[in-house]
Amino acid sequence: MSEAWKIDDTIDITDVVCPITFVKVKMALEDLDDGQILGVHLNEGEPIQNVPRSLKDEGHKVLSVSQAADGTYDLVVQKGGREL
Amino acid sequence: MSVSLTNEQIERYSRHIILQQVGGKGQEKLLGGKVLVIGTGGLGAPAAMYLAAAGVGQIGLVDFDVVDLSNLQRQIIHQTKDVGKPKIQSGKETIAEMNPDVTVHTYNELVNSANIRDIIRDQDYDFIIDGTDNFPAKFLINDACVMEKKAYSHAGIIRFQGQLMTYVPGQGPCYRCVFPTMPPKDAVPTCRQAGVLGVMGGIIGTLQATEALKYILGIGDLLNGYLLTYDALTMTFRKVKIPHNHDCAVCGDHPTITELVDYEQPACDLRNH
Repeated sequence: MSEAWKIDDTIDITDVVCPITFVKVKMALEDLDDGQILGVHLNEGEPIQNVPRSLKDEGHKVLSVSQAADGTYDLVVQKGGREL
Repeated sequence: MSVSLTNEQIERYSRHIILQQVGGKGQEKLLGGKVLVIGTGGLGAPAAMYLAAAGVGQIGLVDFDVVDLSNLQRQIIHQTKDVGKPKIQSGKETIAEMNPDVTVHTYNELVNSANIRDIIRDQDYDFIIDGTDNFPAKFLINDACVMEKKAYSHAGIIRFQGQLMTYVPGQGPCYRCVFPTMPPKDAVPTCRQAGVLGVMGGIIGTLQATEALKYILGIGDLLNGYLLTYDALTMTFRKVKIPHNHDCAVCGDHPTITELVDYEQPACDLRNH
C-alpha cells in the first residue's frame, strides 16, 4: 500500500484522457530523480489499463495499485525502478 | 511540475512527448531550438512547415524571391492567394497560422558572401537547412557553416532524384570534401531547367527537417559522413559512406579557403525567374 512508500510527488490525471494521461505522468517523472517515487491518481477503465503498462515499458516500476471507493485508482511508481 | 509546458502545449506535442527519446524535456529543447532555412522553395517549404509543426521555437526564413504560380506545384508553404507576395512573408504567414509557439525571423535577401555569416549569427542558429536550388549558394552555405562552426543539412533535388547529407562541425566531411569545386557552368541543369516531381522537395526537405530535429534533441545518428540518395522512379534509397577529406580546401587540416566566395550564377537561371 502507498503508506509504505515515501512519495516524492503526486499527480492527478482524472481530468484528462488518453494519451494525455500518460504524457502527464511521464512529464512528472521527468522531474524526479531515478529511484524517487510518484503517486498517480487516475480513473478506472482505459487509464488504469494503459498507464501502468506504458510506465513499465519505459522502465519504471509500479510498486502498488489500489482502488478507492469511488472507483478511481492510485498508483505508486518508482522512476527507473525496472530493468529494461 | 518544473517543466514549463502549458496544458495546451502538452496536448499539441503529446505525440512527441510520448516518445521515449523526446519526452517533455526534449520538447522543451525543440521550443528553445533555432533553425535557419535558406530558401523557402521545394525543400525549404516542407522543412520549415514540419519544423514549425514540431514546435521549433525560432525559425529563420531566407529568400529574395516572390511566389510564382509555377512554384505552387511543390512549394506547399505558399498558397494560390500568395502569388506575387515575397516568399518569406508568405512563409511567415503560413507558419503563424500553423503554430503560435513559433517565432519567425525573415531575411528578404539573396545569400552572398557579404551577408550570410551575419544572417547565421543574427539569432545564433543551432542548425541550418540548405534549401537552395543552385551551386553558388550551396558552396557558399557550406563554407559559411564550416567557418561559423554550424551543423547544417545539404540537399538537392532534380527530376525524380534527390540527395542529402549532414555536416557536423569538427567532424566533417563537408560538401566540399565530396564536391571540391563548382561544376562547369551549365554542366548541370537546375530544376528550373530540368523539372522536378513536386513531391521530391517533400521527401528530401522533410528528411532535412528530421536531421534538424535530431540534432536539437541530441538523438539518433545523423547523416554525417554519408550521402543519402533517393531515386523516386526506382524507389531506391542509397546511403553512401563519404570520407572526411583532410586536404579539403575549407574543412581540411590546412584550409586554403578562409574567405567566402561568390561564384557566378549561370545566366540562364537569372533569366528564368
